[in-house]
Amino acid sequence: MPPVDSVFRPFRPADAERSDRAAGDRARHRDKVRQAIRDNIADIIAEESIIGKDRDRIIKVPIRGIKEYRFIYGNSAPGAGQGNGQSQPGQVVGRQQGDAPGQPDRAGDKPGVDYYETDVRLDELIDLMFEDLELPDLERKRLREIPSDRTAKRKGYRQVGIRQRLDKRRTVRARVKRMMATRERDPAADERRFPFHDDDLTYKHLVTDVREESNAVVVCIMDTSGSMDTMKKYLARCFFFLLYQFIRSKYRNVEIVFIAHHTEGKEVTEEEFFHKGESGGTLISSGYQKALDIIAERYHPSLWNIYAFHCSDGDNFDTDNANALRCATELAEVCNLFGYGEIKPMGARAYESSMLNVFRRLDADNFQTVLIERKEDVWPSFKALLAKERLPEPATA
Amino acid sequence: MPTAWDIGDLETWDDRVREQVEAFGLDCYPQEFEVCDHNQMLAYMAYSGMPSHYPHWSYGKSFEKLKTLYDHGVSGLPYEMVINSNPALAYLMRDNSLLLQILTIAHVYGHNDFFKNNFTFRSTRAEYTIGTFKAHAQRIRRYQEDPSIGLERVEAILDAAHALSLQCRRNLAVRKLSDEDARQAALEAARPPADPFHRIHRAQDLEEPDLRRTPQVPDDDLLLFIRDHNPYLAEWERDLLTIVHEEAQYFIPQIETKIMNEGWASYWHKRILDSLELGPDLQLEFIVRHNQVVRPHEGSINPYHVGLRVWEHIHRSAGEGAAGDAAIFAVRESDRDTAFLRRHLGEELVRELDLFEYQRKGNDYVITQVADADGWRQVRDTLIATVGMNSVPVIRVIDGDAGGKRTLALEHLHDGRDLHPEYAERTLSFVHQLWQREVQLETVIGGKPQLLVHSDRGFTVKAR
Repeated sequence: MPPVDSVFRPFRPADAERSDRAAGDRARHRDKVRQAIRDNIADIIAEESIIGKDRDRIIKVPIRGIKEYRFIYGNSAPGAGQGNGQSQPGQVVGRQQGDAPGQPDRAGDKPGVDYYETDVRLDELIDLMFEDLELPDLERKRLREIPSDRTAKRKGYRQVGIRQRLDKRRTVRARVKRMMATRERDPAADERRFPFHDDDLTYKHLVTDVREESNAVVVCIMDTSGSMDTMKKYLARCFFFLLYQFIRSKYRNVEIVFIAHHTEGKEVTEEEFFHKGESGGTLISSGYQKALDIIAERYHPSLWNIYAFHCSDGDNFDTDNANALRCATELAEVCNLFGYGEIKPMGARAYESSMLNVFRRLDADNFQTVLIERKEDVWPSFKALLAKERLPEPATA
Repeated sequence: MPTAWDIGDLETWDDRVREQVEAFGLDCYPQEFEVCDHNQMLAYMAYSGMPSHYPHWSYGKSFEKLKTLYDHGVSGLPYEMVINSNPALAYLMRDNSLLLQILTIAHVYGHNDFFKNNFTFRSTRAEYTIGTFKAHAQRIRRYQEDPSIGLERVEAILDAAHALSLQCRRNLAVRKLSDEDARQAALEAARPPADPFHRIHRAQDLEEPDLRRTPQVPDDDLLLFIRDHNPYLAEWERDLLTIVHEEAQYFIPQIETKIMNEGWASYWHKRILDSLELGPDLQLEFIVRHNQVVRPHEGSINPYHVGLRVWEHIHRSAGEGAAGDAAIFAVRESDRDTAFLRRHLGEELVRELDLFEYQRKGNDYVITQVADADGWRQVRDTLIATVGMNSVPVIRVIDGDAGGKRTLALEHLHDGRDLHPEYAERTLSFVHQLWQREVQLETVIGGKPQLLVHSDRGFTVKAR
């Protein structure tokens, strides 16, 4: 008998079924990943196109893994590896990320490699965004339940229908007509009793009115001069997104127009709208003029509800201010609502110029300015904007 | 290839393997084998093989990562997983072939012998391993369930403690001086030597050592220092630091002997299986599997491969046979990876293995030294600098009351390698979290001495 004892414990399926010992820790880890998405949501939303997109869409989100920090050496520290017998100084043996030297199973220990890509439904991302904006759930529900601006219009009469739509007058007339016709043919018929027949029943027929006027267009105008950074883009996108969601809940068909401007305004896609940064000066009037042109061409105010909103950091050429004010006044005339949002992340206000002072001279019920300094401001500004909208309807036609 | 086997087969082959283990003079703890499926194996891997381990999200992360790699076929599962305990505990995968089980069993006895005999493992108290880990798990669960503490707070302390767990003493064979002993030693050192001419000239001034300074000598054990010198920690917080520290101490010998240990087990599974009458089918599969395990990994270091080659080299150089055996048994007892490589990885072997040194240039890793007459020594030294605990920067407490404001002063023993700045900043914030007062770290960044400070107002870097 050898001196060492050994014991074999056979496999028991019962243990295997009970043994998901990592379940709790995996759930905690997933919570942390979700939190990481939340923390990075400004970047994600600022980079992704979400306005007017299908909510079922799946978005690939690169997030930083949950790093486990320790004191480690930096990238400058040399390492040792094994070659195939032909190693030469200067030869490239790997790249940062991917097959860098180092055992593959330890890749996560190396700095800079702790990245995951997670699939997230746009829906979920939007939920996170609303959470991020601290939208009270109650308010969200109310927004979603606002009845749309549909009306019913009468269109002729039918022999079938529901009780409430019975047209009594016509029904009685039909009976009388039938009675008179019957008596003509057969004067001997019983004079006293002549009951209603199913054929007499006449119902009003209603059709849902698809009025052209129940369409709306959201005109997003943005300053795309170089100074619009990730944070500003995020704030702008949050704002436009809320606006779009709200308008969409009120109208059946909502179109979106993106206008980017620096010294010249042009119509662009959402992608370009948020991603194109150009340097140089800013002429706000150029964006407004472009919006006016597009409205005149495609969205006549008698048929469309027009919501225009402009986001900028407020850095306009002084010489353009008078012009901008004039264009804004014109825009306010054709729009249901025209808003100006000045986006100045914390602290920037002190040393940058502002359009808010200029627009103070614009006096229209449906014109509203807001200042957005951080993401917590987006929701209150949005509410403030719509409070104005609830005032008497501006003349749109 | 025969894949069907039952426990009876395993026991039969295990008997034959053990006969060889005895014949070769390996000295093992009793051994237990548990047959498991791949999900259990993934879980054992995520929890360092322990049958019972305290919960923490990082093990969930580890599990997900292992599972993803496994599911996508990026990496297979290890054939073996052995834990250093008495009796030693090892896992065998249910789906492996009979040959893989035999190979694993032989390999496991190699590790078992190494755990029992290598000097670095003497401090691990193998007979208590399983019980200790279980007790730790119970205590931590109790804190999590305690309504006055809760999961979040326990996790926050564990996060910070894990960040510092390897900032501790590396050589456990050297006794640590208590502060009292250190004070005595400082006094002794300060006492002037006996002066035969004390009658004719004035006695030297006695330079009093600063005995109030804590620690008296720089202290490597960050967690313990914080535990013992931050009076504002709650009892349960102290206990968590103790647990994390104890578990790290348990694993350090394995970190320190990775190449030796894997090489040793590979060396013995080879010799044992060669000495068994495997039969042609098994023999063929053995050759294939053995080569899969000990093949070189281009661009990195496969400890199975490098370790095996060094052991073979030692055996050969000592003159094969009994002399060779005596030589390797002596080395397995007295070395750790650093000494093992420094003494036995010579120019010839560095050349033969085609080891090289690489450095990062931009996004590429570029070879900077190869195994030629001029470069081999540096290649070897770079390897030594990255094995075991040498890959962990040495950070020591030099003062627990810097400036009289209870600031914790740390120093980084800079050896030419800079700290990773982001990781240094974030780890320092964990130190700050545990110390609850300002902490500062002396280091060198880009050749310039720097002082990294983390206080209540956040992180700053000052030139020193």
